[in-house]
Amino acid sequence: MKIKAKFIMILAALLPLSLFFLPLWNITLEAPQYPDDLGMDIWINKIADHEPNDIQNINLMNHYVGMKNIPEHMAEFDIFPIVVGAMSVLGLVIAFLNKRKLYLAWFILFAILGAIGMYDFYLWEYDYGHDLNEHAAIKFLDAEGNPLDYQPPLIGNATILNFVAKSWPMSGAYLLFTGMFFSVVAFVVGKKEETST
Amino acid sequence: MKNKNLIIAALAIVTFSFASCDNSSNKSDNAGALSGNMAERAYVAPGEHDEFYSFISGGFSGQLSVYGLPSGRLFKVIPVFSQDAEKAYGYNEETKPMLNTSYGFVPWDDSHHPDISQTAGELDGRWVFINGNNTPRIAKIDLTTFETTEIIELPNSAGNHSSSFVTENTEYVVAGTRFSVPVPQRDMPIDEYKGNFKGALSFISVDPEEGHMNLEFQILMPGFNYDLSHPGRGKSHGWFFFSTYNTEEGHTLLEVNASQNDKDFIAAVNWKKIEEYVKNGGGKKMPTNYAHNVYDEKTHMATSTMKKEVVVVDPLEVPGAVYLLPTPKSPHGCDVDPSGEYIVGSGKLSANLTIHSFTKMLAAIENEKFAGDAYGIPILNFEDVMEGTVVQPGLGPLHTEFDGKGNAYTTFFISSEVVKWKLGTWEVLDRKPTYYSVGHLMIPGGNSRAPFGKYLVAMNKITKDRYIPTGPEVTQSAQLFDISGDKMEMILDFPTIGEPHYAAGIPADLLKPNSRKIFKLEENEHPFVAKSEKEAKVVRDGNTVHVYMTMIRSHFAPDNIEGIQMGDKVYFHVTNLEQDYDVPHGISMIGANTSELLIMPGQTETFTWEPKGEGVWPFYCTDFCSALHQEMQGYVRVSPKGSDVSMKWTLDDEWYDSE
Repeated sequence: MKIKAKFIMILAALLPLSLFFLPLWNITLEAPQYPDDLGMDIWINKIADHEPNDIQNINLMNHYVGMKNIPEHMAEFDIFPIVVGAMSVLGLVIAFLNKRKLYLAWFILFAILGAIGMYDFYLWEYDYGHDLNEHAAIKFLDAEGNPLDYQPPLIGNATILNFVAKSWPMSGAYLLFTGMFFSVVAFVVGKKEETST
Repeated sequence: MKNKNLIIAALAIVTFSFASCDNSSNKSDNAGALSGNMAERAYVAPGEHDEFYSFISGGFSGQLSVYGLPSGRLFKVIPVFSQDAEKAYGYNEETKPMLNTSYGFVPWDDSHHPDISQTAGELDGRWVFINGNNTPRIAKIDLTTFETTEIIELPNSAGNHSSSFVTENTEYVVAGTRFSVPVPQRDMPIDEYKGNFKGALSFISVDPEEGHMNLEFQILMPGFNYDLSHPGRGKSHGWFFFSTYNTEEGHTLLEVNASQNDKDFIAAVNWKKIEEYVKNGGGKKMPTNYAHNVYDEKTHMATSTMKKEVVVVDPLEVPGAVYLLPTPKSPHGCDVDPSGEYIVGSGKLSANLTIHSFTKMLAAIENEKFAGDAYGIPILNFEDVMEGTVVQPGLGPLHTEFDGKGNAYTTFFISSEVVKWKLGTWEVLDRKPTYYSVGHLMIPGGNSRAPFGKYLVAMNKITKDRYIPTGPEVTQSAQLFDISGDKMEMILDFPTIGEPHYAAGIPADLLKPNSRKIFKLEENEHPFVAKSEKEAKVVRDGNTVHVYMTMIRSHFAPDNIEGIQMGDKVYFHVTNLEQDYDVPHGISMIGANTSELLIMPGQTETFTWEPKGEGVWPFYCTDFCSALHQEMQGYVRVSPKGSDVSMKWTLDDEWYDSE
């Protein structure tokens, strides 16, 4: 009984593991004098060049306005892999327990953790864009005379000085979303299977 | 709808008749580039790319220029045989060995005939070779970096003119001598030239992987002048053809004494036969001395090695290897059509073009029908090898290129024109004036099995009134023709550097994907590299000081140095830490008796500075690198000899010292 739902839930639990092999998010900076763009890929355990040397070149450009270097290490890089791994294990356990309400609970828990992750990402972006070196060579002010900030968008496109910054999920994130969606599917399919038996 | 078509047809007729009228008149040049949308055809809109690269020899500048076609825009001057202070070529410690020769450091040459490497008779776009005429050398330019990476000197040669043409698979780059000279050089009366001087034809092998050149053998020919050469291709692959003049063997007032014979020769050399002979131990090892200079892209340094031996071959000892084809009146150009069948001899003092047939030549050799010999080398009968003549196409024919559609194009120096004629029928199809006194011409791939017959560049020897004047010395002039139609149409006139001799063109799409953007810092093996600011340091060794310096937007590390003393010789080894496209940095020190350095991302270069006075001396970045370029600077403190000021350096007042 509930074979299909169990199978779908196993899939749901396994899909987040793709984050160990695929990037989660990407921020790309576009400007005419960078015809090849500059991009960084955010993984659960690192921030990496999209193309070789992109991060060095982003850092070089950003240091003029006093922005910090892209961190080589953050606490999140240790925590995220544990969270994702634990959620997968939990998902598998739930699949084998075969209790469909737990499928939904797993989804909700993951959604909450995801929201926390996005909030954390936002906080880092805020800090990256606002906490500027007071000795910065170039200090731009906004219309009200306040220091300009350079915070990239959480998701979507935004113009920052001469750059267009684009922040969008990458393949790992889409597979994660798919996994989460599957847990809901498993919940629904499980219900059908229950009523048909 | 019908009416519209009629109007279009009418317009087409009008345009066509206007264009043909235009072509038949020499006044077309003044009719304006707008007629027949000529301006449009040479126009490359802002941000668009040219369709072809053309490598136009820099002539007496010693360099090789890179122009786009059809725009005629100059993109780069690649330093080859001459020092270039802009790029520090021949000035920095890394590239000085490139200009080393058996005569010592030679800072200049006269560059002549570029030729792009080939595979199976077609351009492969890996390297371009060019000859130095004055101090005989062949250079190889890498077409990923557009930099000269190898130069080999040629012994026993003088006036390295019938060079540097490649065989069908770039097995060899071939170089012939213009001057015949005593071989080996010795003190002897000049008027004993005849019968004693020799002309060396050099065969330089090219390693198929790395492109490294090696002088495999030299054929010691009779003491004629060897003017130009071209490889056989297709059916004639394995042969090489050299035009000769001064078969009179005159040694003075050549303008008269070398112009007496009704016919000189095209020498046909079966190089495969000689290659085999040498492989089997043939030829004589002759002691000599010549330089072989190689630039390493990993260490970013050149090394010069003196070679002490060359294999020389007496053509008489290899029967069937060399034949002489009588060709009228001091032939200059010696060009082989894409099929490899026709060898075009441009007798420069003749009004006709002579075309020899490779098939007929083989038959004459087979039948052993010889007209005689020159120093034992068989001479074939003119009538037996001659296939056709282009009768009176113009005055003073020099060079011929091919469009791959059965047509040939020849330049005429005296009558200042390019003439289009048909292979096989030898009829003249079109002629267009050039401005003035055209020398070489180039069709991209025109010296290969597969020409790209769309454009033709005519390179002129005289400019006169073509451009706004610039005093007694005026620029050189080139004209671009669209040859895609039946008639040639001049669509652009543009200035060139030096005196362009030959050029080589190639579709841009064959080179663009391979063009390097940066040098990878992690692959930098320069012995004095500093791969990060942490590795920057200053090291004293007696009176020699090595500064390991880095540069990145927008500072040097270190940028303050103390402890340099009078009498020191200071080597600044400067590494550009950038890993971004088109972010070079430069550096120069006040009063340095050398050029600036212009350092590409990931590269290390070195300049030498011997302080002339105590004090604090500034240096700065010479390439506008960023918004803070004007801040990119530093100071060196110079103290008296024996001073107790310690050796120390800093970036941002965090001082380090050498203890």
